[in-house]
Amino acid sequence: MTDAAQVLAALDAVRDPELDEPVTSLGFVASSTVSADGVASVHLRLPTYFCAPNFAFLMVADAYDAVSKLDGVRRTEVVLDDHFASDAINEGVAARSGFAESFDGYAAGELDELRADFVRKAVLAGTDRVCRPLLAAGKSAEDLAELTLGDAPPSPDRERLRSRRAELGLPSGDDSPLLVDTRSGAAVGVDALPLHLRRARLTRVGVEANTGVCRGQLKARYATIGQGQHEEDI
Amino acid sequence: MYEKDGQKYFVVDSHMHYWDASPENWVVGHEQYAKGWIECFHAYQSLGPPETHWSIEHFQKASEDDLMKDVFTDGYVDVAVFQPTYLKEWYTDGFNTTERNGALAEKHPGKFVVNTRWDPREGAAGLEQLEADVERWGSKGVKLYTAEWKDESRGWKLSDPEAYRYLAKSQELGIKNIHVHKGPTIWPLDKDAFDVSDVDHAATDFPELNFIVEHVGLPRIEDFCFMATQEPNVYAGLSVVTGALMHARPRFFAKVMGELLFWVGEDKMTFGSDYSIWEPKWQVEGLVDWNYPGEEFSDYPEVTTDTKKKILGLNAARLYDIEVPAELQIGAGAPAAQDDAALVEDSVGASV
Repeated sequence: MTDAAQVLAALDAVRDPELDEPVTSLGFVASSTVSADGVASVHLRLPTYFCAPNFAFLMVADAYDAVSKLDGVRRTEVVLDDHFASDAINEGVAARSGFAESFDGYAAGELDELRADFVRKAVLAGTDRVCRPLLAAGKSAEDLAELTLGDAPPSPDRERLRSRRAELGLPSGDDSPLLVDTRSGAAVGVDALPLHLRRARLTRVGVEANTGVCRGQLKARYATIGQGQHEEDI
Repeated sequence: MYEKDGQKYFVVDSHMHYWDASPENWVVGHEQYAKGWIECFHAYQSLGPPETHWSIEHFQKASEDDLMKDVFTDGYVDVAVFQPTYLKEWYTDGFNTTERNGALAEKHPGKFVVNTRWDPREGAAGLEQLEADVERWGSKGVKLYTAEWKDESRGWKLSDPEAYRYLAKSQELGIKNIHVHKGPTIWPLDKDAFDVSDVDHAATDFPELNFIVEHVGLPRIEDFCFMATQEPNVYAGLSVVTGALMHARPRFFAKVMGELLFWVGEDKMTFGSDYSIWEPKWQVEGLVDWNYPGEEFSDYPEVTTDTKKKILGLNAARLYDIEVPAELQIGAGAPAAQDDAALVEDSVGASV
């Protein structure tokens, strides 16, 4: 039998594609329960009524998939609360229809490429997280061009970077270059490296600033802490 | 004008509003959107210092007296630029229209710059209206909101052929400044609504116009910066950056400012309070007092008193030909925008 902790653990693996953070630590899980006969029910909430509906759709659909996969869950219900497109999203996900069908007339295609664009941003931001300590420790840009992913000290940031690269099909083994182009996967050469690192830092700053604004908006909108959210994440 | 430690700052609030979001103005049948919109703005206000928070009722509709006191008497602003947002699908008389702003401006000569707006989906009638608005209010700038709903449409792009007709018409009518607010466009939903590549195209094709991207492209600061560094006529509008980050997330604020100073440069950044989301007073005071909070920021460009003078008013005064008293000028003349862009571009290749 599945318990609520397992449902929450499954939701830990669901990310906001734009912010690259779990929906749990962002405070987006308003409630999650599972009944004795295996019916799981999850309510999600977002920082504003007008948050981008495409990303909202991805989170609801991903949450549905993650919870449905659990052994012992017979039926899954995921509901997005308090959003202008709640009805279209909830009905679309519940009917297992794709995004384009749920928003008939408003979307030409599915969201795979959009999602990949944001994983590429996550790779850039992650590159800064892994490389900045190396630069602070005295490595030069030229030094970094010679390093492999396995040469970077083991850390959660390195593993997060590895997993995002793997998602995109980019080289992610210990022997792959530390710095790769986020489309081709080719090693970034010494000449291109300063600009690559500048962009990596810029992308991280952009994503983290957004995350800060989103957390602040959510806190203003809802007085309660989200399920699986920690005080330090607010 | 704001004075601190013997320095005097000419203040142009280059992005502010005079809206009516009171329930009496909500379109019947669309109340949930009108309510959702203003509540979203109100949540933004909560990111400023607690003593500056308003009740939702006050926030829905500030009075003329509130605005004049908050912006000019208490807020140090010398000249304020009205940026209209119509949203007539949700607000019966519009949320914040050129007429509403213009009427207030006429009562207080010399205090305001009245920008107007256009929407490329309004066709030939819209072009005529634009001409009439420019003639009536003397507008030198327009505010564009790409995520506005209109009938069945849920947004548009600056690179649309229809938008190009409006940009050409704007230029012909003597408009210099195009303020762009990228919102969550709903069409097409399968693309990133906040993508700024359309601004890139328009800025390249209309080199005589200045494109001030409000909220520095938030939530796509990285895309905005990388685009702006390549386009000499693209500026960073700081509205929301100061309001949402300076108090609530000071370390992120410092990083965002550092990135903007690096990629865009201090000659192309303009202060905007986004009133009445936030009052200008604490933002002006905070910006003048601000510097990087520590060593880890040491590879960002330096921030000087001149940097702050440019950002708070002198850059926007140049864009709008606003006369600045001699005592509030910086000693040396500011370089032309094209030269600045070249400098920024050169520095991109510099070491990390």
